[in-house]
Amino acid sequence: MAAAEFDIPEIKDYIEVPKLREGVMAHAKTFLAPKPVQDFMGYPHELADNWKESALEKMGDLLGKYRSLKVFLDACVHCGACTDKCHYYLGTSDPKNMPVARQDLMRQVYRRYFTTAGKLFPKLVGAKDLTKEVLDDWYNYYHQCSECRRCSVFCPYGIDTAEITMAGREILNHVGMGQKYSNEILGKVQKIGNNLGLPGPALLDTLEGLEEDIEADTGVAVKLPIDVKGAEVLLVTPSADFFSEPHVESLIGYAKVFHAAGISWTLSTHASEAGNFGLFNGNYETMRKVAMRIRDAALELGVKRIVVGECGHAWRVAYSFWNTLTGIGYGADDPFSIELQKQLDPNYPQPQHICELTNDLIQSGRIKVDPSLNDDLIVTYHDSCNVARASRMGTEPGGQFTIPRELIKSVVNNFHNMADDTIYESTFCCGGGGGLLTDDLMEVRVKGALPRVTALNNVVKEHKVNFMATICAICKAQFTKVLPKYGFDMSMVGGVHQLVSKAIKLD
Amino acid sequence: MSTVTIIYAGLFYIATLLLVAGLAYKIFDYSRTPAPLKIPTTPAPTTQTGVVYRMAKEVVLFESLFKSNKWIWVFGWLFHFGLLLVLLRHLRYFTEPVWFWVNIVQPFGKYASIMMVVGLIGLLARRFLVDRVRYISTPSDYLMLVLIIVIGASGMLMTFVAHTDIVALKTFFMGLMYFDVQPVPQDPILLVHLALVALLMLIFPISKLLHAPGVFFSPTRNQADNPRENRHVAAWAARLDQKN
Repeated sequence: MAAAEFDIPEIKDYIEVPKLREGVMAHAKTFLAPKPVQDFMGYPHELADNWKESALEKMGDLLGKYRSLKVFLDACVHCGACTDKCHYYLGTSDPKNMPVARQDLMRQVYRRYFTTAGKLFPKLVGAKDLTKEVLDDWYNYYHQCSECRRCSVFCPYGIDTAEITMAGREILNHVGMGQKYSNEILGKVQKIGNNLGLPGPALLDTLEGLEEDIEADTGVAVKLPIDVKGAEVLLVTPSADFFSEPHVESLIGYAKVFHAAGISWTLSTHASEAGNFGLFNGNYETMRKVAMRIRDAALELGVKRIVVGECGHAWRVAYSFWNTLTGIGYGADDPFSIELQKQLDPNYPQPQHICELTNDLIQSGRIKVDPSLNDDLIVTYHDSCNVARASRMGTEPGGQFTIPRELIKSVVNNFHNMADDTIYESTFCCGGGGGLLTDDLMEVRVKGALPRVTALNNVVKEHKVNFMATICAICKAQFTKVLPKYGFDMSMVGGVHQLVSKAIKLD
Repeated sequence: MSTVTIIYAGLFYIATLLLVAGLAYKIFDYSRTPAPLKIPTTPAPTTQTGVVYRMAKEVVLFESLFKSNKWIWVFGWLFHFGLLLVLLRHLRYFTEPVWFWVNIVQPFGKYASIMMVVGLIGLLARRFLVDRVRYISTPSDYLMLVLIIVIGASGMLMTFVAHTDIVALKTFFMGLMYFDVQPVPQDPILLVHLALVALLMLIFPISKLLHAPGVFFSPTRNQADNPRENRHVAAWAARLDQKN
């Protein structure tokens, strides 16, 4: 990779709210998707003469389909509560990275074409014509939002900028300005089965290699089965788990858990990806198509349970949307869903997070662990945004915070939280979520990581923390790349099941 | 009947009609627009009862704003709670006999106007003083605050300094309500106060004041967190299932 052409921000003692500096991130523009990528997705690849009409028509369509968009565009009073909440604003000081200003890029157009006040008195209410400049602003700044929802926690009306960003990207795609990174991945997952584009045979090879490694390491023949019909559990995990570091360490951890608990399980080549970038694009049908692979695999393999590996946005889609999109869950009375729901074991939540599964097994004593095997580590935990603010684990609200921590504390002896206003629902995004995990947005990613890195630096100084656990493939990939730029060792990031893997006792 | 009376009577009939019809349309529009996905900001209540409790805390205490920014919370809450008491107090001009609890509110409502205007001035000051808030403010954001401040100040003038003929005013409004138009008292402060209130009513359904009904329709706040237990499908999305 070329050398960074931007200054790495200085880590201060506290997260500071910067004075705004207009236009400092206006140059950060992610690569546009080329023709073949857009063709596959069914979108144009360049602006047509009637792009403006087309964009407004799409906007009208979305306003009729999504209450969130309509209410959020109307309800904002410009109070300013969100202005200091976005990690991209805190890291870049570009005012268009303040949540309300990011929303206003669309709100100004909404007011101009869809509201009485904006049609009659545009200047008075800040309404603007949809011009190429405005569209370019959309493209640049809707790709400097990781859809992390931190702003929605603090908004008095719960306005979620992620919903606006998703709508913005959907409209951009519709007129021919798709993002190369996300749309390429959406092509791969639909054509090959996973985001990395690993074909079945390569996957098989990788898994066999891992089985050999585990046996060499532990002396126990832990298996990583794939496409096994009649297995009890289908594990759906981000494809990064198959060969990226440190992700693969967690995959080994899941395998050891299933082995130790004696649960029959399988991966699937067809559903060899938990991630669903359809979420980032905001297109319901794309997200549904990608999610349907899981349903198809579950039906084909006849599994009783569906478990999801460590991945933040995948868990949001799985927990919050799978039931809606594919019928994976409970409580349906339509023929489409009943077929699948009667196949699933009602004794378990569907889908279940791997942390829920492992934590239950440890707390109930069905698997044994020795936390002293992790005594070389002083651990903190990074709440991933989609897990924290868009999902749950367990039966109680907030289980998404307590269950991973309970699990970590049962496999390590040294644990310290980061500052209160940077964890739980106030957690700061890693800086690489929402379709931003691409080298062409490196400046946005590095600067956006500043608030999290600041909080991490404080526990490193105070408690000598040397490991930050997280349960998101994007967080892991982002931190291994970005932490070194701030002077940290990339190996200090890893999965929760990487810790489980070290502490678990195998027979 | 004087020209002024005709103008003010007409103004209030039109303003009331547009306020009610405009709000009714917006509420109808929000409720007919589906929310196809479960998107509560979590942690969120898992039951409908829990949702009512969460929403009540948002609407009465501005809970999220409290977490967010104490200055905006203090000024915003002073303004809104003050406004509520002031509005309740004003019911005395529209009811005969006056409901007993309105009489109880009356003294509090008088002084609540001070809370209200102090809150508004604080919010306006932030628009000038905080660079981030200044950046996002449109002309209408300033004017809206100024409008309500002038309404509040003119009302306080009549309450505390130069009393207006309140009996005649009540006769005017009771007359409007029973379609028997009576003369409006021609006190300049009162006429300014009434004209600006009518203006506020007119812009309510076409402005950011829609945050008032909007908050109840916000999917991140009004949805229960139970997607694994219940299948939630919008009508337009359910049609996709039939193709499979």
